[in-house]
Amino acid sequence: MYAYPFSYHRAKSLAEASKLLQQLGSESRVLAGGQSLIPLMKMRLARPTALIDINHVPGLNDIRSHNGELRLGALARHTDIEMSDTAAAIPILHDCAAGIADVQVRNQGTIGGSLAEADPSGDWGATLLTLETSVQCTGPQGERTIKLEEFIKDAYTTVLAHDELVREIIVKKPPRSSGGAYLAFKRSAPVYATASAAVQLTLDGKDICKEIRVVLGCLGLTAIRAKSAEGELRGKKVDGKTIQRAAEAAREAAEPQSDMRGSADYKRMLVAALAKRALAIAVRRARGERVEAGHEYVGR
Amino acid sequence: MSGVEKVSVRMRVNGETREALVEPRTLLVDFLRESLNLTGTHIGCDTTYCGACTVLLNGRTVKSCTLFAPMAGGGEITTVEGLSADSTLHPVQNAFAECHGLQCGFCTPGLLLSTFHLLSKNAKPTDKQIRKAIAGNTCRCTGYQNVLKAIRMAADEMGKR
Repeated sequence: MYAYPFSYHRAKSLAEASKLLQQLGSESRVLAGGQSLIPLMKMRLARPTALIDINHVPGLNDIRSHNGELRLGALARHTDIEMSDTAAAIPILHDCAAGIADVQVRNQGTIGGSLAEADPSGDWGATLLTLETSVQCTGPQGERTIKLEEFIKDAYTTVLAHDELVREIIVKKPPRSSGGAYLAFKRSAPVYATASAAVQLTLDGKDICKEIRVVLGCLGLTAIRAKSAEGELRGKKVDGKTIQRAAEAAREAAEPQSDMRGSADYKRMLVAALAKRALAIAVRRARGERVEAGHEYVGR
Repeated sequence: MSGVEKVSVRMRVNGETREALVEPRTLLVDFLRESLNLTGTHIGCDTTYCGACTVLLNGRTVKSCTLFAPMAGGGEITTVEGLSADSTLHPVQNAFAECHGLQCGFCTPGLLLSTFHLLSKNAKPTDKQIRKAIAGNTCRCTGYQNVLKAIRMAADEMGKR
């Protein structure tokens, strides 16, 4: 399969990339890892006339910890995050990074590209919305930092201006008594998830939930913050009953469509089960236990 | 036809500098197969699924159907042709032959490179790690059991060297 013809431009800096985006017009696009964009171009669902390759911009793949924040360069590959001891300080990030598609795609795909693409089935949106995340962007007007909630507008749509690029993703580290988990169900490794549930919660010493975010992936035009599910737990003791009520609320909050990955009813049942398990894992992690989570698929 | 000028793409492939003039939309896999005549890298699904087109780019496996050739410009590529030296099979290739880790062989070039990549990072992988490492390589013949045997054998043999 072949994309429509385009011209190829390699930028040496984000400033040069921004300038090229202006010069080459509204049909030009930024090319990061390409693992979402290139398949779309091959299927001719996207047809940019020019690509600006930022893969060779130096210093954009750093993963740093600074002043209680984790800063991930836009070009940090999923593999870089999976293997990073620095990123491992926030376990939900490892859950997400380690199971996106397969090794080959993780070696090439980037966190900045994934967020800028805003695919409704992307993994990073749901994961990062459970944390205090902001996106540092750069353009001709200078830098601006946008909360992730405001950055993602709709399916495949962000607030980025045409000549603006993602420089860095900034994640505030959760407190010690906080635990998170991301669970995604896939039909096989290389495909997008059928549904996913991401949870980050903070407990006090007596298992009372102080803070909580529950986000559902692949079940709407963007990742969905299930505030009703959060309400079932916030200020309450976490136990089997409250977790069950939160999982049921998550099922109601989902807005799934029937497609080749499953019927809408199936996806609702699936996400309730994922949310229930993700909540239980998050609680155990908040208590300091080491528990596995992440993507699940046949043959794993 | 396209109205877009061809570009010169140059990269190191299996240790040699290679160059060709192609349209920017040329996929890396077609650049290797058509421009460089390295047909060991296969095109299976052409949709980022099957991994038959797996090659190493700067030491990491990628699906060469999901990269435009100019993206690899200036980079180091290893294809299945680069595994063996002077008609001596690489231990990974030898293990796949010994364990019959293939039937039709179409997916084999990709599996060989994913195995090579795994063992370069992790000399003694567990079965779980092996399964995760080849999750992006689809084989429709073997049921993977002999592939797993071959990867275990390759790890053992390479550990002895």
